[in-house]
Amino acid sequence: MDLRAKLAVLADAAKYDASCASSGTDKRDSRQGGLGSTEGMGICHAYAPDGRCISLLKVLLTNACVFDCAYCINRASAPVRRARFTVEELVRLTLAFYRRNYIEGLFLSSGIIRSPDYTMEQIVRVARALRQEHGFKGYIHLKTIPEAAPELLAEAGLLADRLSINVELPQAASLRALAPEKDMPVIEGAMAELSTRIATAGAERREARRALPPRFAPAGQSTQMIVGADASTDGQVLDASDGLYSRFGLKRVYYSGYSPIPAASAALPPAPPPLLREHRLYQADWLMRFYGFRPSEILAGGEAGMLDLEIDPKLAWALKHRAGFPLDLNRASREALLRVPGLGARTVERVLEARRHGRVKLADLARLRVPLRKVAPFLTAPDHRPPPGQIDSAGLRRQLQPGSAFARAARPEQLALGL
Amino acid sequence: MACSICLAGPADFDGWRAAARGLLAAGIAPEAVSWPGQDGAAGLFDGAAPDLPRDAPSPAVPRDFLVQAELAIRHSDPERFALLYGLLWDARRRPGLLRTPTEARMARLAAMARAVRRDAHKMHAFLRFREVETPDGVRSVAWFEPEHHIVEAEAGFFERRFAALRWSILTPRRCAHWDGAVTTFTAGAHRAEAPAADAAEDLWRTYFASIFNPARLKPEAMRAEMPKKYWRNLPEATVIPELLRGAEGRERAMLGQAIAAPGRRQRRRPSGAGTAG
Ligand code: SF4
Repeated sequence: MDLRAKLAVLADAAKYDASCASSGTDKRDSRQGGLGSTEGMGICHAYAPDGRCISLLKVLLTNACVFDCAYCINRASAPVRRARFTVEELVRLTLAFYRRNYIEGLFLSSGIIRSPDYTMEQIVRVARALRQEHGFKGYIHLKTIPEAAPELLAEAGLLADRLSINVELPQAASLRALAPEKDMPVIEGAMAELSTRIATAGAERREARRALPPRFAPAGQSTQMIVGADASTDGQVLDASDGLYSRFGLKRVYYSGYSPIPAASAALPPAPPPLLREHRLYQADWLMRFYGFRPSEILAGGEAGMLDLEIDPKLAWALKHRAGFPLDLNRASREALLRVPGLGARTVERVLEARRHGRVKLADLARLRVPLRKVAPFLTAPDHRPPPGQIDSAGLRRQLQPGSAFARAARPEQLALGL
Repeated sequence: MACSICLAGPADFDGWRAAARGLLAAGIAPEAVSWPGQDGAAGLFDGAAPDLPRDAPSPAVPRDFLVQAELAIRHSDPERFALLYGLLWDARRRPGLLRTPTEARMARLAAMARAVRRDAHKMHAFLRFREVETPDGVRSVAWFEPEHHIVEAEAGFFERRFAALRWSILTPRRCAHWDGAVTTFTAGAHRAEAPAADAAEDLWRTYFASIFNPARLKPEAMRAEMPKKYWRNLPEATVIPELLRGAEGRERAMLGQAIAAPGRRQRRRPSGAGTAG
């Protein structure tokens, strides 16, 4: 198989890892030698027709695997064509792409061949060659195999910007059922180990006086959870994420909506979950990390442990807590403003700043590019008072549902036209 | 008294700053100043400087304002110099003005700064080098079409990243050439002066076609982030139409087709879960 054919197979098999982030690592550049730089901000070098950012060369070292995880296209029993890069091929490819400014770096993952240690050793060899033989200063994200020896994880952390271990499923019982070779305590044990090393290295580097101790995965660790392959509710998913964030200091939890694979095991649902579910989970995740929401509060906006698919979780929360609205735009606290649907964290900061120099009007929000239609029912301002009773009206939800007003206006009903 | 200002170039922030300081010290109102590029003013960026107080004391302005002004100066809007000076002038009477992001002109300034930052970001992202053999060894040459005057300001990004290469960035506005030690700038160039292809582009297109998930077609999201105006300079963009057609149900036309897996004919939908390790 030539290089191009391998690339096609091994990129195709890697596309279900949602992460392509290249941000948040320490600053480096190549003015003193080597190749590449990282400046904190991630860069998306292209966007695929699926709307996703392409920042890294995201491939598997091989899509052969001795494990048989039911949800995975690479599992041992799947009837797919297998390929494997040599370490040398992958290094050359990464450098060739990087030199032409196609990518920020490499995201390397792999099916498990021979043993977890052997596979992890191969992954580490690629990163070692890039860093040590070629002075590569770009971004490296390594998928870490939780069953591999701790020394290998330790070396991976010295070479990579980010490490990730996929938790795969929100509950240990689902993992047992669908990925019999995997084990939640082993996964969490490896995450805990990485978390300690990341925190220790970070602290040592901050306190170091002279020679800086080596960095360890300066962009932290992340994980991915498959949604819709088991019966977990959104509540269970968000509780699992919340636990991962607080116990292991993860930078990100990625959610990947499951869609059926050929020759799938009978244990799996035949239909994919709506893509919208994945989207709502990302929004909810965002509310937990940046807006001070607890999972239980977010879930209160939905029904029976599931998020509302029709409206975003912040709006859903507000509609169930109408007694707290409307808020005075010029009086409300930062925390309260952060809970107004349509007001982002950045906007809230700018409103607070503008408040110091005068009263902020609703028209001012328009200049900050705030969707007025969405915020208006929840705010009072010198130039705005929502119509009495609007906040409690039964029609408010329909009115705020995305696109609904437009859609109706643009497409008049044609009930009388039958036959 | 009418006063014509000259600057060293279309993005001469230091020159604008010195001129603004002098104008303020001399008490010259915005209406009396003409800036280069305004109303098709001739003499653009050269000529004699008017007699303004030198080393005039600099009025205190918020740091954020200066940061935004430095970006906005690179904007292609011919009104940029005047807008900024007008704000400084009015801020003498209205101390909070430069800290009021909701004021109309401040919002316009923010929009200009945002546009310049976006342009720079897109340059970092979408510029593509092609390698050519020269008598002095391999040279990496890129053609890029920025919307604003950002080449000088952004050359540093490419120096830091590609210090080990010898590169040239050609644009219609300005060109930058790195020789391993310093960057020199020359006048704008034409597209035809840049190389037309590179051997690695085939592999890159293969990657682009393979990493894309046809089960999740979202072309509007792609176009929002990678507007079509960039496509003609992106080697991977040539396969986008094929990918869209293929994903919409016809034979999936992609570069890796020759090695299609045996399962392909049973219309294998991509699985959503394969995560290694
Ligand atoms: S170990 Fe990883 S690659 Fe192998 S079957 Fe399981 S999820 Fe897939």
